[in-house]
Amino acid sequence: MLCDICHKNKATVHLTEIVNNKVVELHICQVCAQFKTEELSEQMNMSDFFSGLAGNVDAHEEGYSLKCPSCGLFYSEFKKKGRLGCGECYSSFRKQLLPLLKNIHSSIKHVGKTPKAVDKKIFIKVKIKELTESLNRAINLEEYEEAAKLRDRIKELENNGE
Amino acid sequence: MFEGFIAHQLSWLSGEGPESDIVFSSRIRLARNISDYPFPLQAKTKQRLKILSKIKSAYSDIKGLEDSIFVDMDTLSSLDKQLLLERHLISQEHTVESKGKGLIVSRSEEISVMINEEDHFRLQIVTSGLDLKKCWTILNNIDNELNNIVSYSFLADLGYLTSCPTNLGTGMRASCMLHLPALILTKRVNKVLELLSRISFTARGLFGEGTQAFGDFFQISNQVSLGLSEEEIIDNLIGVVKQVKDQELSARQTLIEKYKVSLEDNVWRALGILKNCRLINSKEALSHLSILSLGCDLGIIKDTDISNYGRVKKIINSLFITVQPAHLQKIQGKPIKEEERDFIRASLLRERLGETLE
Repeated sequence: MLCDICHKNKATVHLTEIVNNKVVELHICQVCAQFKTEELSEQMNMSDFFSGLAGNVDAHEEGYSLKCPSCGLFYSEFKKKGRLGCGECYSSFRKQLLPLLKNIHSSIKHVGKTPKAVDKKIFIKVKIKELTESLNRAINLEEYEEAAKLRDRIKELENNGE
Repeated sequence: MFEGFIAHQLSWLSGEGPESDIVFSSRIRLARNISDYPFPLQAKTKQRLKILSKIKSAYSDIKGLEDSIFVDMDTLSSLDKQLLLERHLISQEHTVESKGKGLIVSRSEEISVMINEEDHFRLQIVTSGLDLKKCWTILNNIDNELNNIVSYSFLADLGYLTSCPTNLGTGMRASCMLHLPALILTKRVNKVLELLSRISFTARGLFGEGTQAFGDFFQISNQVSLGLSEEEIIDNLIGVVKQVKDQELSARQTLIEKYKVSLEDNVWRALGILKNCRLINSKEALSHLSILSLGCDLGIIKDTDISNYGRVKKIINSLFITVQPAHLQKIQGKPIKEEERDFIRASLLRERLGETLE
């Protein structure tokens, strides 16, 4: 049996993982196993790390069943993986996250650069380019109905851009 | 793919630039996410593909990325992925579950953008020597340009929002790669690393993981990304890096003053092995190359033809990368079995060093 990751070497290590609530069996070689264990130990450290940093234990316990309405991530999943699901999570779990952030960064006040508003003109230019590529594809595939729709969208954007 | 990459030397290993005898390279990366999309790990494949195709049609309009190559990670062989990993263009994480993941990389390989790693964008710049300010000027512009096309996920008090809270705020990780063979030889390195962690900087080995640092390379980076401005992060790092550099210099001085013969012995033995070996693994190769590089810096080893420090140094530097598995296989133009690699690696070292050093 060949390794599931590199598909090159003989699989000598057999691993069972639970990914997104599904049991996944991995048969991998020595080299990939090395990477995998490093990855695992890193994840492990990350969750210990975050649990250890949880200043406000009550807020954490209380937050355990919280779910971000925007992306559906449970706070308990964040605690396990150390990764948030979307920008909205920072608002959804704010109460739980603030003490944690304070511990990591010793500050909760951003003082660096701030993004500017998207440049409408450039945005439209790029969008037109994107649609033109789709248009050419549609013409090549002789999907004329789709092409007509795309052409109208491009025209509309061109008029908006002026 | 990427045959062209191997042909040219990585500019950050050129051995040029300020303080480049010890500080090999400077690197900055920014983590950015698009608002209105879940972060890549939580996003659906369809959403990731949409972001990827948007950037694919837009990137050539971004000043600084015009001449870049766009790579759909899903189309790459595992050997090509390994090659990009060895060249520090992508992370380990970026080589797996490739659907919807991408890479934009400039021809010089100095600027790269990982798309849909754990954040939608990981913008990176790397340059030779200690030159973080130049890095920041360039990367800041590219960030602004990208921001013309997509709107970023951002909160006024928490800054740029990232998948992992350790990158929150500026989304910035600045780092320098230092070659510290004398601190290792004099066994002072642990003390220096311990001090660094106490002042919120991280040091980790460049090759290998954890405390094992093959080739004596260390990457020093900021831990804190929130509550400091980008300029402050950079200034702090520069200060720390200069201090570590001074420590290394003083360790080198100690070696020359107190242990000259044993140092010379180490260097010449390293050269002897590299020029005569018939089988060598990458760990051993890296450790001898490191000592050889030190010998070069201290004038123990000189070029045979022309007394040209730069040329020898360049050859040694490029070997640090080319002795690694994917590079060996690319140079040979075919996959090589693990047990044959040590033989090919030894031949490569003999050939490259035989021509240069007596």
